[in-house]
Parts: sequence; structure tokens; C-alpha cells
Amino acid sequence: MGPGAGADAAPAPPEGTTMTPTTRTLSARRTDGRLKRGEASRYYRYLIPGLLGLIIVVIVPALANLGLSFTQWSGVGTPEFVGLDNYSALMGDATFWRAFGNSAATIVAMAIIPTFAGLFLAALLFDFLAPRFGGATSSLFRTVIYLPQIIPIAVAGVLWDFLLQPQTGAVNAALRAVGLDQAASNWLGDPSLALPTVMVILVWLQLGYTVVIFVAGMSRIDPALHEAASLDGASWLQRFRVITVSSLAPEIIVILLTTTVAALKVFAPIYVLTAGGPANATMVPSYFAFYNFFSTLKVGYGAAISTVLAVLLTVLAVVLLAIQHRHQEGSR
Amino acid sequence: MSWVILGGFVVLSLAMLSPIVLAVINSVKTSEEYARNGPLALPEGFDLSGLTEFWVSVDFTNKLLNSVLISVGVAALGVVLSLLTAYGLGVGRVRGRFWILALFMVAFTLPQEALVYPLYFMSKNVGLYDSQLAVIIIIGVLQAAFGTYLLSSVLSSVPDEVLEAARVDGAGRFRILTQIVTPLVRPTLMVLGAFFFVWTWNEFFIPLVLLPSGRNQTVSVALGSLFGQYTSDPVTTAAAAVVGILPALVFFILFQRTLMRGVNMGAVK
Repeated sequence: MGPGAGADAAPAPPEGTTMTPTTRTLSARRTDGRLKRGEASRYYRYLIPGLLGLIIVVIVPALANLGLSFTQWSGVGTPEFVGLDNYSALMGDATFWRAFGNSAATIVAMAIIPTFAGLFLAALLFDFLAPRFGGATSSLFRTVIYLPQIIPIAVAGVLWDFLLQPQTGAVNAALRAVGLDQAASNWLGDPSLALPTVMVILVWLQLGYTVVIFVAGMSRIDPALHEAASLDGASWLQRFRVITVSSLAPEIIVILLTTTVAALKVFAPIYVLTAGGPANATMVPSYFAFYNFFSTLKVGYGAAISTVLAVLLTVLAVVLLAIQHRHQEGSR
Repeated sequence: MSWVILGGFVVLSLAMLSPIVLAVINSVKTSEEYARNGPLALPEGFDLSGLTEFWVSVDFTNKLLNSVLISVGVAALGVVLSLLTAYGLGVGRVRGRFWILALFMVAFTLPQEALVYPLYFMSKNVGLYDSQLAVIIIIGVLQAAFGTYLLSSVLSSVPDEVLEAARVDGAGRFRILTQIVTPLVRPTLMVLGAFFFVWTWNEFFIPLVLLPSGRNQTVSVALGSLFGQYTSDPVTTAAAAVVGILPALVFFILFQRTLMRGVNMGAVK
């Protein structure tokens, strides 16, 4: 979905707190038989619009895309069935491997760094700044860190495009102003710098999301735990490691997985900043699929790339569900 | 110790804010001034010609209206679809609801890339290519998949006694939905609608593919793709970033409470 963390960072889907009540309530009520069978079945008509939409917008296109991945097609005429040729071609395609290799970098930038940095910053805000300087101070910082999240991802791309212009951009101007002329670079145009630069931008975009979620989570930790631990002489870092991290373990796992999903889907920043270049240095799977669909018109090949991505994401979603399910079992 | 941490947060906040601040101060310079003083100097005056030139050259008013139309349309469609489906699942407890919910979850996990070509092809064949209606339907359904997921847990917690009392009074299923359930969950519906609006405003991929003509484009697509033409002039680029940030900032201020409540509910960003 569109919305979310880092554009397609977007739609950062669901989070633990939502799911917990869902499944628990549904399964708990499965047996209470409050509605008679016939009565329940009359509610099916309320599912019709939603399911019809789902069939037209998701199920049919997803199956069609799967079907297209076994064909060669330019978008006009009849698709030609080629079996698994697209997939075997992918296996030998350096750009494909590059794209998924770069996904590891976007996962670091959008999932791993924001999750752990966000957790640490949230704990500092909650444990030090809020008690010492007041809740208003802490929420001011939280809001400022969150700010990049509200900017449409495409607009963020324009913004960084402006800042990173090699001759006139502010980043290089700042480096020259402090005498680091050597460090001034063509950040997005140099194949060895483009990916790290994009990663910094993604961290900037994503950090506020995790900080806000974790600050919300902190308020659920029983303060007595921290008090007891500090009476026993535990330092803040020890309490952070033992109490905060373990109390928020469910949130951490869910955030890590949902931001990983967002990182695998990332498209808009790449489209706006680099178009996958230079020399595929910032190519990612979604942009590679898009490029094959609409630029080179290799529709079957694009369909195969997006199918691989879809399978990967579905596996992650199933893992997410399984973890949450297990967690609920454990907490009963 | 606390002061050191405070200092650290001040530095971090400045780093997070500086890109936006730099865009703002440079958007009110003249091109000549930018070339002379560089991007780090404060503006000498307050020159709005970069902003207005950009605004006029891309017909930004039109882009704003398009984005408002599409975002409002998606929010309305998404909330209605989510409510109806969640009513069947959460209150009606139809059989197979677990699997139906799982289906909705898969729907919002799938990458749009795996749907986009068939959607592009289908919309061309039914005459909805380059139509905002197609974008509203597609994004509305995708977001309703998430909304259904969220809302069905909320609706399944509506107390049985309330529903039973309404039934005893002779209320039908549709009346229970409109007169009992909807008012009860109105705050959740507002949160959901606000999220759908903001998410759609930021949506890039589907509008990029399905709305090729400038006349129909949204703010995000116009800024992200028409862009190449303006990169030569840094002041125009800064101005473009600023006009793109402004509406988002307005929504954030308007919806802040609602959105933060949503974060706590689990309707993550």
C-alpha cells in the first residue's frame, strides 16, 4: 500500500497492538455461539463490496501478473508462453542480484538502524528528558524527529536533490565552508557514493516513525520495574538492556518486520533521486520491475521480478503472523 | 548527564530540521542572490518569484485540487468498505472469517509492482486509464484491506448486550450498523479516514503509472516526475520542495492528535 514509512515506506502496515486483540477476540468467540448459524450467514452480504473490490484490484491482477511471468510480452499482441525462461534469465542477471543486494542496504537503512536507534532515542526521551525537563520538551523533540515522516516521499526526493546538487547544493557548500573541499562530492552521481547517500536519506526519513512508536510503547512499561532495578544499583544502560528491551520485545520484532517489508518495497526515493543509477548502483527490485514494465516493455520479465518480490514479502507476512500468534498464546 | 543528553537531542533535531530549513530560506531568494551568496546564507530579502513561478508553471492549484479529490475519495471509499466488511466479520462473525482476514492481510502486504501491470492493462481496457476514478478505486480498495483488518477487531469488541438489546427492539442488521455500531466506533473511523487521506496524499506509485497527463496528476507525482525540467535552477527546486511540504505540514497540524491516537491504536503511520 502506498502509505507509510518512507513512501512506500509507506504504508507501513499493521502493528502488533492491532493484531493482538483481533485474533484473540475472534478465536475466543468462535465457540461462544452467540449468533445462530442462519443469522450469521445473513451477514455475508456485508462482505460483498469489500471482497468484490479485493478480487478486482488484488486477486485477479496478482494472478494475471503471475501468469505473465511465464510469458514474453511487450504489452501489445498476445503474450507468448515461455515457461520458466524469465526466472532462469533472472538467475543469471547481474542487475537482478544487484537489486536484491541493494535491498539489504535499504533494510539496514529503513529497518535495522531506525529500529535500534529509535529504541535508544525513545528510551533517552522517556527516561531522561521527560522527567528532567518535562513532557513538553520531550514531545517537542519527538515531533521534530517525526517531521520528515509527514513529507510526501516524492517531495523529500526533490528536497534532497536540491541539497545534494554537486556545484550549488547546500551539502557541498557546507563542506567547503569548513574547509573540507576534498569531501565535496557528486553524492548521487558517483557510483560508489550513491547508495550510502540514499541510505542516509532513508534513515532521515524513517527514524521518526520508530521513535514515536517506541515512546508510545515505553509508557506501558511498569515504572516499578525500573525503580526496583535502580534500587538494586543497576545503571541506566543495564536497565535499558534488561527491562526496556525485553518489555518491548514484541514491538521490536513487529517494527523490525514491518519496516523490512517497507524497505523491500521502497520505490519513490529511488525513482526521484537516482532512477536506480548510476550504473545500477542504487537499483532496487521495485524499480527494476517498473523499469522492465514501462521502459523496456519486457512485461513478462518485470512480472517475474515482481513475483519474486511478492513471494518474499508474503513469507515475511506469514512469519509476522506466526510470531504474533505465538506471542498471544504465550501471554495467556 | 541529562544536560549532555539534552544537548545531543538539540544537535539531532537541528540535523533533522536543517534540510527543511535550507529549502525554506533558499526558496525566498532570487536566483542571482543564490548564485552570489550560496545556499547557506540567509536571504537578503523576501522574494517569492521562485515560488510563484514554480506554482504557475506546473499549475500547482490544479495539482492540489487533484490530490484533494483523490485523497478525499479514497478516504470515503476506504472507510465505507472497511466498515461494511468489518461489520460482517466482527459483528456477524461469518464462517471462515479468519481466512478472509488473512486474505486481506496478504492484500496489503503484496507489493504494488505485482499488481500494477494488470491494473494498468485493465484500466486501459475499461476506459479508466488516466482517470482519477481508477486511482480512487484501486487505492481505496488497497487501504480498505488494512482498514478491515484494523476495524474488525474493534467491532468484535462491541458488547453483545448492546447488539442484543437492539435486536430485541426489532432493529435489523442494517439499522444496527448505521444507528448503533457506527456511532460507537466513530472515533476509530475518524482516525482511519485521516490515515487514508494522508497515505493517499503521499501515494506515488499507482498515480505515477495511471495518471500520465499533467492535468490529472497529484502533487507527489507532479513534483517527483515533472521534476527534471527544473533541476537547472536551485531556487526553483527549493521552491518546489517548499510547496510540496506546505500542505503536508497543514495536514499534520490539523490531524496531529488524530494521527498520534492512531499510532497508539496500532494504525501505524
